[in-house]
Amino acid sequence: MPRRLDVRRLGVISYGEGLDLQQALVAQRVADQIDDVLLLLQHPHVLTLGVKAGESRQHVLATPARLAELGVEVCETGRGGDVTYHGPGQVVGYPIISLKPDRCDVHQYVRDLEECMIRVAADYGFTAGRIQGMTGAWVGAEKIGAIGVRIQRWVTSHGFAFNVNTDLDFFRLIVPCGISDLGVTSLRRLTGREIPMPDVEDRFVDAFCGVFDRELR
Amino acid sequence: MSEVVMPQMGESIAEGTIVRWIKKVGDRVDRDEPLFEISTDKVDAEIPSPAAGVLVEIRAKEGETVPVNSVVAVIGEAGAQVATSAPAPAAVPAPAAPQAVAASPAPASAAVPAPAMAPAPAEAAPAAAAANCRQKSSPLVRKIAKEHSVDLALIPGSGLGGRVTKDDILGYLDKGGRTAAPAVAPAAPAQPAAHAPAFKPGDRVEVVQMSVMRRKIAEHMIMSRRTSAHVHSVFEVDYSRVAKIRAAKKADYERQGLKLTYMSFLMKATVDALKAVPIINSSLDGDAIVYKKDINLGIAVALDWGLLVPVIKHAEEKNLLGLSRAIQDLAARARAKQLKPDEVQGGTFTITNPGVFGALFGMPIISQPQVAIMGVGHIEQRVAVVDDAIAIRTKGYLSLGYDHRLIDGAIADQFMSHVKKTIENFDADAV
Repeated sequence: MPRRLDVRRLGVISYGEGLDLQQALVAQRVADQIDDVLLLLQHPHVLTLGVKAGESRQHVLATPARLAELGVEVCETGRGGDVTYHGPGQVVGYPIISLKPDRCDVHQYVRDLEECMIRVAADYGFTAGRIQGMTGAWVGAEKIGAIGVRIQRWVTSHGFAFNVNTDLDFFRLIVPCGISDLGVTSLRRLTGREIPMPDVEDRFVDAFCGVFDRELR
Repeated sequence: MSEVVMPQMGESIAEGTIVRWIKKVGDRVDRDEPLFEISTDKVDAEIPSPAAGVLVEIRAKEGETVPVNSVVAVIGEAGAQVATSAPAPAAVPAPAAPQAVAASPAPASAAVPAPAMAPAPAEAAPAAAAANCRQKSSPLVRKIAKEHSVDLALIPGSGLGGRVTKDDILGYLDKGGRTAAPAVAPAAPAQPAAHAPAFKPGDRVEVVQMSVMRRKIAEHMIMSRRTSAHVHSVFEVDYSRVAKIRAAKKADYERQGLKLTYMSFLMKATVDALKAVPIINSSLDGDAIVYKKDINLGIAVALDWGLLVPVIKHAEEKNLLGLSRAIQDLAARARAKQLKPDEVQGGTFTITNPGVFGALFGMPIISQPQVAIMGVGHIEQRVAVVDDAIAIRTKGYLSLGYDHRLIDGAIADQFMSHVKKTIENFDADAV
């Protein structure tokens, strides 16, 4: 019997707000007060640093002055992974789900998030795949989706970020995920047209329910 | 007293990195309260404390990467002092002597695989609970303990069931082991009682703390040296016939996605020789010889970050093709850090490859509790005398490190002759 999933679409919220909300939901989920939740949202321009913030910071290429000029915030987070960029036009997904009892394998969880992004890319006609050793969803040698996860008591937070109409120039401010050799891409770049965000969010809900065997409340 | 271990966060995950200690030594901690954070490929996980009490010892520092199930901290009773190093947990199977390895830079000449995922027995003071699980030591050992007023429960046992063997207790006394119940002892394994400082104040040095893995390798090396009476025998083997077979069959193997290497032939020859001379595939337990019915062949694999010894279980059931396939799979997963814990444990004989770095032959240290280890020296064209004429042959040295407590020269040489004969007369149809 598929478990219930509560999907909440939050529009554009600041990174800090997202962090606070996630922590509150994690606490509730750990206490079994709520069902699994999938948050779908966008952030204003922000660079986020992974748990090993010292290392991540080295991958920020722009000066603080330049970032301020561009209106780009910089935030430390509690998630795994290196530095990444979030901004308008990028679908950010934060599944707050319990991996118990039968999904207590963090690598499998990461692979499953990749699978969701691969399925959504396929919906738009693109074969995305994985590159061993480099977590994320790749179309050819370009990354279309990134992953960074935090686990507390086997409840997940943070999650994935998928480039739909993202302004990819902002990725020049960083060495994304610490990988300097490969580029980034988006659905807009691949299709040559702007894709409506709600459509992509819908497809993520389908993909997530399929991969994780959840059903919408 | 509870041990906190690096949890396994997934099936294929063999290690984790400590990102942050949420609690510090001396802090009170409740059961299930977040204790430390680890990271493993894009995932940061908060790990709760398995018990309530006081964090008395942290063994893995922030930034350190340790194998799954290794002890990272100890939780003591409220008001506990910092304890001596942890007890060998009752869950660890028989020989406390470790076998397997995790990632750590190892010198090329170190042919011994580093210790297991379980805490190394060279650490002191098993707790009473663990000692209860051990079988009694021999009368001689108990006599020595009595003479020196030593509590056997304090000595790590490398014998079957964690038993304290004669070497264990003599080694313990050598190191200036305590002859009364220990008070507070340092968290690191006991240093020899008197040791010359490695440098003086004012010397231009850089002091770097050993990683957990490096320390475990160091402990295993010295423990193995103390345990076995190491003797080495060197043979020269003519690989010319095997070289020809290899050239002929390479394409066939490649079509199946497999590589046919000298190691393929050596593995098969070794398994055959172990069947013919089974005492080489055994272990010592006090004064009992434990013949192992399974041949679990450990093959040392050099990696960028260190040395791993994946084990081919039940090698006696595999032909050359099967052995080649097994080692290729294990080596690939070793490089991708995807070996499971039981794939680096339980070996009964090890083959190592000092020749790959150019050494003519090595004098490897035995991986306890095995009794022998074979080193494959560099294989190259050499001048040889064949039928009273000078010829060019493909040759290499094979060395056998063996434990003279159990294995005499005649048996060792019998084994090696068998390997040599098999290689030099290899049946092409068996490939």
